[in-house]
Amino acid sequence: MNEGRKEILQIVIVLTGIVFLVKLFFIQLLDDRYAQLADSNSIMKNIEYPFRGLIYDRNGSLLVYNSPEYDLLIVKREVTSLDSVNFCEVFDMTQDELNVKFKELRARKEYSPYKPTVFIKQLSNYDFAKIQERLDEFKGFYIQPRTSRAYATNTLANAVGYVSEISKPQLDRDSSKLYRQGDYTGQSGIEAYYEILLRGQRGVQYKLRNVKGIEKGSFKDGAFDTLSIPGHNLITSIDLPLQEYGEYLMHGKVGSVVAIEPSSGEVLAMVSGPSYDPSMLTGRKFSSNFMLVNSDTTKPLFNRPLMAMYPPGSIFKIVQSLIGLQEGVLTYDTRFPCDRSLVNCHNHPNPTNLHGAIQYSCNPYFHQSFRRIINQNKSPNTFTDSRIGLDNWRGYVKRFGLGEPLGVDLPSEKGGQMPSSNLYNRIYGEGRWKFSTIYSLSIGQGEMLVTPLQMANLAAIMANKGYFYTPHLVKAVEGADIDVRFKVRHETGIDSAYFTFVQDAMSDAIYGTAQRAIIPGITLCGKTGTAQNPHGYDHSVFMAFAPKENPKIAIAVYVENAGWGGRSAASIASLMIERYLTGEVKRKPLEAYVLKGDFLDPVVRATPAAQSVPVNMDME
Amino acid sequence: MRREEAISNKMDWVTVMIYMVMVLLGWFNIFAAVYDETAHQSIFDLSLNSGRQLIFIAASAIIILAILIVDMRFYEAAAYLIFGAILFLLLLVPVIGKEVGGNKAWLGIGSFGVQPSEFAKFATALAVAKFIGTVGFKMDRLRNQLLLFIMIGVPMVLILLQKDTGTALVFTVFVIVFFREGMSPFLILVGLAAAIIFILTLLVENQLYLYGGIGVILVAAILLGKKSIKRIALLTVGALLIAGVIESVDYVITDVLKPHQQNRVKALINPDADPLGFGWNVTQSKIAIGSGGFSGKGFLKGTQTKFDFVPEQSTDFIFCTIGEEHGWMGSFVVIVLFVALLLRIIFLAERQKSRFARVYGYSVASIFFFHFAVNIGMTIGLFPVIGIPLPFFSYGGSALWSFTILLFILLKLDAHRSQMLQRL
Repeated sequence: MNEGRKEILQIVIVLTGIVFLVKLFFIQLLDDRYAQLADSNSIMKNIEYPFRGLIYDRNGSLLVYNSPEYDLLIVKREVTSLDSVNFCEVFDMTQDELNVKFKELRARKEYSPYKPTVFIKQLSNYDFAKIQERLDEFKGFYIQPRTSRAYATNTLANAVGYVSEISKPQLDRDSSKLYRQGDYTGQSGIEAYYEILLRGQRGVQYKLRNVKGIEKGSFKDGAFDTLSIPGHNLITSIDLPLQEYGEYLMHGKVGSVVAIEPSSGEVLAMVSGPSYDPSMLTGRKFSSNFMLVNSDTTKPLFNRPLMAMYPPGSIFKIVQSLIGLQEGVLTYDTRFPCDRSLVNCHNHPNPTNLHGAIQYSCNPYFHQSFRRIINQNKSPNTFTDSRIGLDNWRGYVKRFGLGEPLGVDLPSEKGGQMPSSNLYNRIYGEGRWKFSTIYSLSIGQGEMLVTPLQMANLAAIMANKGYFYTPHLVKAVEGADIDVRFKVRHETGIDSAYFTFVQDAMSDAIYGTAQRAIIPGITLCGKTGTAQNPHGYDHSVFMAFAPKENPKIAIAVYVENAGWGGRSAASIASLMIERYLTGEVKRKPLEAYVLKGDFLDPVVRATPAAQSVPVNMDME
Repeated sequence: MRREEAISNKMDWVTVMIYMVMVLLGWFNIFAAVYDETAHQSIFDLSLNSGRQLIFIAASAIIILAILIVDMRFYEAAAYLIFGAILFLLLLVPVIGKEVGGNKAWLGIGSFGVQPSEFAKFATALAVAKFIGTVGFKMDRLRNQLLLFIMIGVPMVLILLQKDTGTALVFTVFVIVFFREGMSPFLILVGLAAAIIFILTLLVENQLYLYGGIGVILVAAILLGKKSIKRIALLTVGALLIAGVIESVDYVITDVLKPHQQNRVKALINPDADPLGFGWNVTQSKIAIGSGGFSGKGFLKGTQTKFDFVPEQSTDFIFCTIGEEHGWMGSFVVIVLFVALLLRIIFLAERQKSRFARVYGYSVASIFFFHFAVNIGMTIGLFPVIGIPLPFFSYGGSALWSFTILLFILLKLDAHRSQMLQRL
């Protein structure tokens, strides 16, 4: 009656076993999702953030260091009963702010209720001390220590730059795949340029944890753990006292001061005015302060020494002199009458030789000289001849580090502009321009732009009598070498004897156009300039180096809307040189004059700004 | 002394070996499930489940000895008495029982407690075997079938009163025994069909499809077969009944099942719907087993079970530890052990000379099969989460003793199977 029923039951039993084994085969062998899920369940990845490299000045004074800060992490799943009133009190926030925090948390793309996620960023040491002992009241919240930048000086903001959380576009661009959301990265200045050296290497510890998130020892006895490696320390060439003095003098002014050690190309000081206090752009207040600084109409984040471009003005006459001499179209004794029909000038002995032309900054003289440089009768066609002449001239100019970025070790350096025949071909058409079209270049005007850094470098070239090292701010890296390109000597290709001649003229020029720059006991070579400004009062420019016999410092100063170069710029440059060479400033009245910042003539001031600009005229 | 020898000679040592291997493996896995690397505890530590399980295992040895010493005629003779005593204890539980883990299923003195519901299994098996084994018993008599269903229904209801749905469901498995002993398979088929329709109703959102499908099958069945009035009428009634089941599913899901039971069914259908809520057990259990790979993470090297991601990891979800630490190979060994044990029990049952012993043997096989199928099925997501232990592997004194008693009464009966015949 019941035949076969035993077999049915046996088959059911065996089939059940087979179904189980097949199902197990699928989930254990074919689907590796479960293994990953198991790891994310039980393996906790603790990131140990490395210490970012420290930054020192040339004398070993600390400029930038790290200060501890704390992120409050949340593991949402573990937050079961949050006493929000208590929480708000401890973390000093309102109920609404807390709700917003939670809303933001859930909105984040990488949010997971299992993983520790940053809830409050960058709690300061002070906040942490307050919170630490009450943290156990809030289940599911953890503290993760990390560091933020701190600054020993309130100067040098733009040169050093700032560090902030990596942005989404930066993260997308990052090909190294080393960065993760929430990581810090250098955003400007040295911090950005030397990011790779400064950042160090993150350490990772894999810990096992149970379902409550409690640590249960190392994963595989720490076989995959790594220690964090701190970043390299940088020793900059900045002379902090000089830098601070420069910023003191530039207070309330718009402009730049760049000082270079001519023998090495090391930047001694780099002042950008107006600036900001670097400690504003760090820590928890970064966002609100950044908004403030970024929207400031005086553009404190604009690093003027590298990014502002001005016509070089009269300073450029020394370059023209050197090219003329090297080309053989000028000699020490070449004389031109001070013919003011095309370009204006001011009263000085007339006619003058080259020495005098530099000394008195004679505009017509350099107009004539430049014509000789450009039109050397290489071609019977005056248009072609001008093109050949200009391209030849530009070859020289490039060797002075002009017309393209010098390659300083800071990001966003501008190259200025030195016009080539291509530029004029684009503007006027090929064969449709000649010397008379471009003669403004002769006195550093026209389609010609330079950065303050390039002018400081020019001063260094003058000091070195014909060569320079690419300016740089980092002179040494602990545990690594600096870029070899900062050790390469760049030659201008101009006979050093010509430089000696121009130096003499420059040291005499001080007595003519920049008497304020005279420092008793120190021979200073300098050249004033006035960069024409169609938008307002002219910019005051001065470049110099000293001592003439054994130059230790080359400097360029730009003060915007401050009129003649002989006044504000020359005074500041002179005070900086005195400060650097003697370690103190004895000329207190001059210092007071600079700090007062009242450089314009009452007459000039009375005239509306736009009208005060004579076209194609250099006031010196 | 002679009798002792006789028993040891006649014992089915294959079953005993499988039993011993299972208990030993179970003990190791219980240790692995609760093992904490940082705590430096040994497997014998009495504060651990593994330490306590060893005591339970030792007690089992004494129970086995007692079972073997008692005269084999006692089990048949005292079947109703034992059944009655256990029913009485089950009645007592709601009154004087103590609550453990939400279920009031324990009777105990001080810290020592037992679950009468576990022992109801072998008691019912004995009673059912005795009833079917009665001379002149005929399965096709409705009265007999009714009495049998009352026999398994009473302990079921009493256990349901303790809110222990899992253990109560075990008693449905006696239907397999009834089937073996001649009951029409109709009931099993109807039950299976109802379950399939039930699941289909949950899976298929729009019930119109289901009705359409039933309609198509009905028309096909009418057209293909003999077109007698009686047959068409029967088919139509059947189809209407199925439609009724579909209609009632919604009612059952929302009104009859308790929320946590509804969730268990939902978790089976779609565990990813709420992996942190009702899907948590199944999700974590599958993660643990799935992460084991082919050869597992190694003994005591599992992370999911011992770090409490899997709930009840030393009792109902003990299979997760095996799956995680010993991988597919370990799972294979355990499943093969169970299939071998079940087939061996059926083999033993079939060679019994008395109907009582055979029915009892099938009861043991059915109960073990239910536990095996449902427990492992739930850990790998083939079954809703029903809290019943895996025989010999799960931690727990009552369960281990209950399964041991079930098995060894059979072995005792088997050892004396020729005597049984003599008695007749």
